[in-house]
Amino acid sequence: MSEALLEMKDIQKTFPGVHALDHACLNVRSGEVHALVGENGAGKSTLMKVLNGIYKKDSGQIIYKGEEIELSGPLDAQRRGIGMIHQELNLMPHLTVAENIFIGKEPMVGGVFLDKKKANQAAKELLASMHLEISPTRTIKSLTVAKQQMVEIAKALNNNSELFVMDEPTSPLTDAEIEELFRFIRQLREAGRGIIYISHRLDELWQISDRITVMRDGQYVGTVNTADVTKQEIISMMVGRVIYEEPKQQSCVQPEAPVVLEAKHLVAANVKDVSFELHKGEILGFAGLVGAGRTETVRALFGADPRVSGEIFVNGEKVEIHSPSDAVHHGIGYLSEDRKTFGVATGLSVRDNCVMADLENYCIGPIVNDKKIDVVSKDYIQKISIKTPSMRQLVRNLSGGNQQKIVIAKWLIKRCNVLIFDEPTRGIDVGAKSEIYKLMNKLIEEGKSIIMISSELPELLRMSDRIVVMSEGSITGELDICEATQTNIMTLATMNM
Amino acid sequence: MTTKKFDLTKFLAPMVLVILYGFFSIFGNNFFSTDYLINILDGSYYIGFMAIGVTFVIITGGIDLSLGTTMMCAALIGGMAYNNWHWPMGWCLAFVLVVATLIGLLNGIMVAFLGLPPFIATLGTQMMGMGFGAIVTRVQTMRYPTFGTADGWFKNFFYKTTTGFPIGVLWLAGFFLVALVILNKTRFGRYTYAIGSNVEAARLSGIKTKPWLAGVYTFCGFCCGAAGVFYAAVYTSIIPSTGNGQELLGIAGVVIGGTSMAGGTGTLVGTIIGVFVMSVLKQGLMSMGLQSHWQTFFTGLVVIGAVLLDQYRVKQGNKVIH
Repeated sequence: MSEALLEMKDIQKTFPGVHALDHACLNVRSGEVHALVGENGAGKSTLMKVLNGIYKKDSGQIIYKGEEIELSGPLDAQRRGIGMIHQELNLMPHLTVAENIFIGKEPMVGGVFLDKKKANQAAKELLASMHLEISPTRTIKSLTVAKQQMVEIAKALNNNSELFVMDEPTSPLTDAEIEELFRFIRQLREAGRGIIYISHRLDELWQISDRITVMRDGQYVGTVNTADVTKQEIISMMVGRVIYEEPKQQSCVQPEAPVVLEAKHLVAANVKDVSFELHKGEILGFAGLVGAGRTETVRALFGADPRVSGEIFVNGEKVEIHSPSDAVHHGIGYLSEDRKTFGVATGLSVRDNCVMADLENYCIGPIVNDKKIDVVSKDYIQKISIKTPSMRQLVRNLSGGNQQKIVIAKWLIKRCNVLIFDEPTRGIDVGAKSEIYKLMNKLIEEGKSIIMISSELPELLRMSDRIVVMSEGSITGELDICEATQTNIMTLATMNM
Repeated sequence: MTTKKFDLTKFLAPMVLVILYGFFSIFGNNFFSTDYLINILDGSYYIGFMAIGVTFVIITGGIDLSLGTTMMCAALIGGMAYNNWHWPMGWCLAFVLVVATLIGLLNGIMVAFLGLPPFIATLGTQMMGMGFGAIVTRVQTMRYPTFGTADGWFKNFFYKTTTGFPIGVLWLAGFFLVALVILNKTRFGRYTYAIGSNVEAARLSGIKTKPWLAGVYTFCGFCCGAAGVFYAAVYTSIIPSTGNGQELLGIAGVVIGGTSMAGGTGTLVGTIIGVFVMSVLKQGLMSMGLQSHWQTFFTGLVVIGAVLLDQYRVKQGNKVIH
């Protein structure tokens, strides 16, 4: 029971500008479920990618079954018996269960033809040994997500895996399915396998895990026996970081500032009856873990995704927003978390992107007034210091921080009064980050109002006047900046689970 | 960090055209002559119009496979109006444009509003157009008036003046300039690029991408109609159930001109050069005594070469500035 199956020691990994793993450690025994927890970006996924051979560690040791190993890639990890169950399952939905389990090593007849019978028979035996009642001839897409996960696990078992890594396995599952999965995980544990279990749902850990390792900012914080700690203790381990940047002391919003945007009872996919108000000159922070429904909320508000129900008021008047063009018409601009996919057209020039939302005002009749575009682009390139060799430069050649500024310029040129920043500093280096912060504060001084979604708590505490916390699609709390702390935000963010 | 570097790749397509012309002038039999030049121009009109239209479509990241049969279908129905319904010539020509524009609109509705993949939608209209033209004309060949007949003015107007001047080239040049302005100087053109570069970013910028995209396909249909008018002016007879395969010449012209099938980039200058590269190849090989299948073979080779070149160019352009 206490034999160490896997030991990762002092793992170091840096990416350009980011120290992703800093002396990260993990110790997993055979026959235990070992939970790995931490905030978004704490380094859990990076550590698992090192274990899976996707990333090469810069230094440190991986000791697996008593010997030190160097992994050359995912295939190597698989061959050694490390099975990864990713959040996005690696199954082919149109193929059958048996075909998926034996993909890459299909039983053959005479070396040419597939031996379907044998594959089905072997799959049946494998599934039966796991007490799973799944017909090997069914297609994957006809199964529930929970069953699909189990097929994925069966596939890993078939590769003689002894160590399983499960990344957020319960997030797509219903309560009944979670029970089924847990029963199955316990079965694996009894069979002496080791399981690394990553989850944001802290409450689950007391049902399923034996020990918990906490990570923070790429570092190892500690490993504890689950039975010996409380949820509150785990949360303080997760957030107990030193804050380098002073959080905002109190709200800068005028007490009588009017409400510029109000959402009432928004309902959409992963958005459950969300209501909030945004005041003039306010930065309203949205906190929550990945998948809490923050992005879905603002996309529903912006008309980017269909809304089931809910009302939106701009400056006190009810408005109909059913498409982004409606939202833009009412002075709302959205800066997506994924700039490359939703923010900029990377194949177009800086100036074309700058005026993309407001081109109709830069036309004489149907003809585009290029001179006027040049003037306004130049103006904003200077105003918010976009670093580009020329305004005709293609956006794809600029750095992430400058691309973000172009999206900001686009909405400023459109004269939007409400700006929704979704993870504004993701993938941006430290210097550019503080420039974005300065820019946001400047916008507030000019009378704009901002909604900011961020997964970085220090960022939220530094910028926001008020913080709304979401979990599982609902708002679980609202905190004025003077009462907000990392701990009480985290507590609200892990409610409902 | 160099901003103004002499971009050799930009001049490759025109250089290929000049080199080809030079090559055939030396090795072809009497290629460097007015006769051959006029042949080159005559064969380029209808392909040119199609290629200009489909350039817009390809810049949005789409494709239009119905170019050829739309052109023929519209020309057939226009011929029907002239021969059987005895409409005045001018009306018939306008009708050609209307029919083709409607087919383009149909493509646009299917792609933009019904969400069909452009390949499928336009493959469907390609076949429907071919069938429809034959149905309306009851599989009769439609003859347009010839030089010197009562309504022969239209040939003098669009194809060759009474003095023998190839006036079609002026029409093509004029239309090319108009299209150039539309693509580079209007909102329509700017949104065409924006949709092709990143349709989601365009939509989230508040652009109503669907009607604009439908407009692009409709414009392409109109261009096919214009191609139909010039096809009729040059070749006189329109045979039902033909036209498929012609779209590939239009698309090849666009691709040779450096427009990426992935969308977001492309120029009309490139397209028109691409069209003439094909015509020069065709006439040049003919002047060397080689049959038309040699032209097909070499056009294929040029298409592949052009795309390889384009990939190299894109790779060069992808260096990040910090």
